[in-house]
Amino acid sequence: MSKSLMEWVDERIPVSDLIKSQATEYPTPKNLNYWWNFGSLALTVLIIMILTGLFLAMHYKPDAALAFDSVEHIMRDVNYGWLLRYLHANGATFFFIVIYIHILRGMYYGSYRAPREILWWLGIVIFFLMMGTAFMGYVLPWGQMSYWGAAVITNLMSAIPLVGPDLVTWIWGGFAVGDPTLNRFFVLHFLLPFVLFGAVFVHLWALHAVHSNNPVGIDVPHKDTIPFHPYYTIKDVYGVGVLLIVYLSFVFYAPNFFLEPDNYIPANPMQTPAHIVPEWYFLPFYAILRSIDFLGSFSKLAGVLAMGGSIAIWFLLPFLDRSPVRSFRYRPLSRRLFWIFFIDTLILGWVGYNPADATVLDGALPMITIGRTATFIYFGYFVLLWAITAFGIEKPNEVPKSI
Amino acid sequence: MAMEQVENRRDFLMLATGAVGAVGVAGAAWPFIQSWNPSADVLAQATTEVDVSSIAEGQMITVPWQGKPVFVLHRSAEQIKQAQESDGADLPDPAKDNDRVQKPEWLVLLAICTHLGCVPQGVGTGEFGGFLCPCHGSHYDTSGRIRKGPAPNNLEVPHYEFKGDSTLVIGKAAA
Repeated sequence: MSKSLMEWVDERIPVSDLIKSQATEYPTPKNLNYWWNFGSLALTVLIIMILTGLFLAMHYKPDAALAFDSVEHIMRDVNYGWLLRYLHANGATFFFIVIYIHILRGMYYGSYRAPREILWWLGIVIFFLMMGTAFMGYVLPWGQMSYWGAAVITNLMSAIPLVGPDLVTWIWGGFAVGDPTLNRFFVLHFLLPFVLFGAVFVHLWALHAVHSNNPVGIDVPHKDTIPFHPYYTIKDVYGVGVLLIVYLSFVFYAPNFFLEPDNYIPANPMQTPAHIVPEWYFLPFYAILRSIDFLGSFSKLAGVLAMGGSIAIWFLLPFLDRSPVRSFRYRPLSRRLFWIFFIDTLILGWVGYNPADATVLDGALPMITIGRTATFIYFGYFVLLWAITAFGIEKPNEVPKSI
Repeated sequence: MAMEQVENRRDFLMLATGAVGAVGVAGAAWPFIQSWNPSADVLAQATTEVDVSSIAEGQMITVPWQGKPVFVLHRSAEQIKQAQESDGADLPDPAKDNDRVQKPEWLVLLAICTHLGCVPQGVGTGEFGGFLCPCHGSHYDTSGRIRKGPAPNNLEVPHYEFKGDSTLVIGKAAA
């Protein structure tokens, strides 16, 4: 009965074929390690974000006079409102943790190399969408950090020559961040995740066209693959379990760990908090923005360009990396550069967290010097990766013939 | 020959149709884009009146104007002197103190850092006796001129006029 029913459906829409080609017979390298779990983890968090976001939107009011109170209403009065909000707020943090690991995995194992360039670029587009969505979502509670974060980030646009100031007024819908800004940010914060979801679908489409890279980084013959389902579905579900343990530990036991106390003060356009910091996941890029302060009146534009460029440069990775070997597992120099790059990014994050005029070692070393050096090293990674591979400076180790 | 003519005509028609279509899309997008610009009620809040008679010498108040903070500083003789003596200093955005005030004892500034729009802290918080922007460490002097840090320009002086001795009107009424 059910078999004939499935046949009836398949004649009209070939569902069984799709399941076969994309899951039960979809060839996946047999040697994927746990770093390959993070794509499915990202999708899991995205689904949690959309679900909790939808239900939060049913109680939230995008009005400068009501927004802050409506968030407190969610926290205190709405049944399980606290859970929805803490899942959503901490979900943003874990979305970025998962995505950063996903990106770094791609960098380390050369997943951006041919034939996966478009897959990689789609990933960067998704990351940009994600940052925009996260930024606008952070504005919605309309606390002090929300307001001043929005002020600083929208003001970045004013650095654009000629049209900058008019563009900023256009984004604000006024002469400062205000009610019109909040209202449109809410609408965009609601819309963009669905756009992002669409981009994820195209990302997966591109993935299934070229298939997964693997830790060894060589093309895998069919005999060395296993079907995605059940082997990797079960492994992905295991990963989701581990993620949920960590994520929910924060939600239930330290829900404000990643949040700023100042954001529990209602937005005040007349007063900037003494120390404004972006959310942790923007800190390295924020540090790069602040590090360019030595070019006089050109500093502002240069800072903005450097910040945008620090992510846009990822687009060039497929062209910069000229090594005959994909995986850094067999590339000793690249591997060292990668870890320097990784630690450097953490240092940038730490610099971004500190006040602009802070010093270390009893004032001997200004934070700004560390920031400039770390910014230089950040971009240096991409130049050096190109140099050591384009001029054959790196001698790769022997790569296995099969996995 | 005839075939070529047909093809040329087809190319032309394609191009012309495409051009008309593009103009149409741009025209249709215009109202949507314009809807983001400040609305009539936002534009109507053009001026703010301030009673300055209660501001003692050396004191400063912050008043809202168009949703933005404005500093009104009653400068002391020392602050005026400091500002005027810096006219000859190496200024990133050169301006004479005299050109930035109508009466030397009143300094009126749009309190929005020209770097990224934070509100600087009160007078005396920065080097040069002026205002420090806490976000990225820009220092403004007692004339609101940028002296140190990432901000590219001096703090803006909004349009203002004195109505009598004690009333300050900030902004220009919309025509």
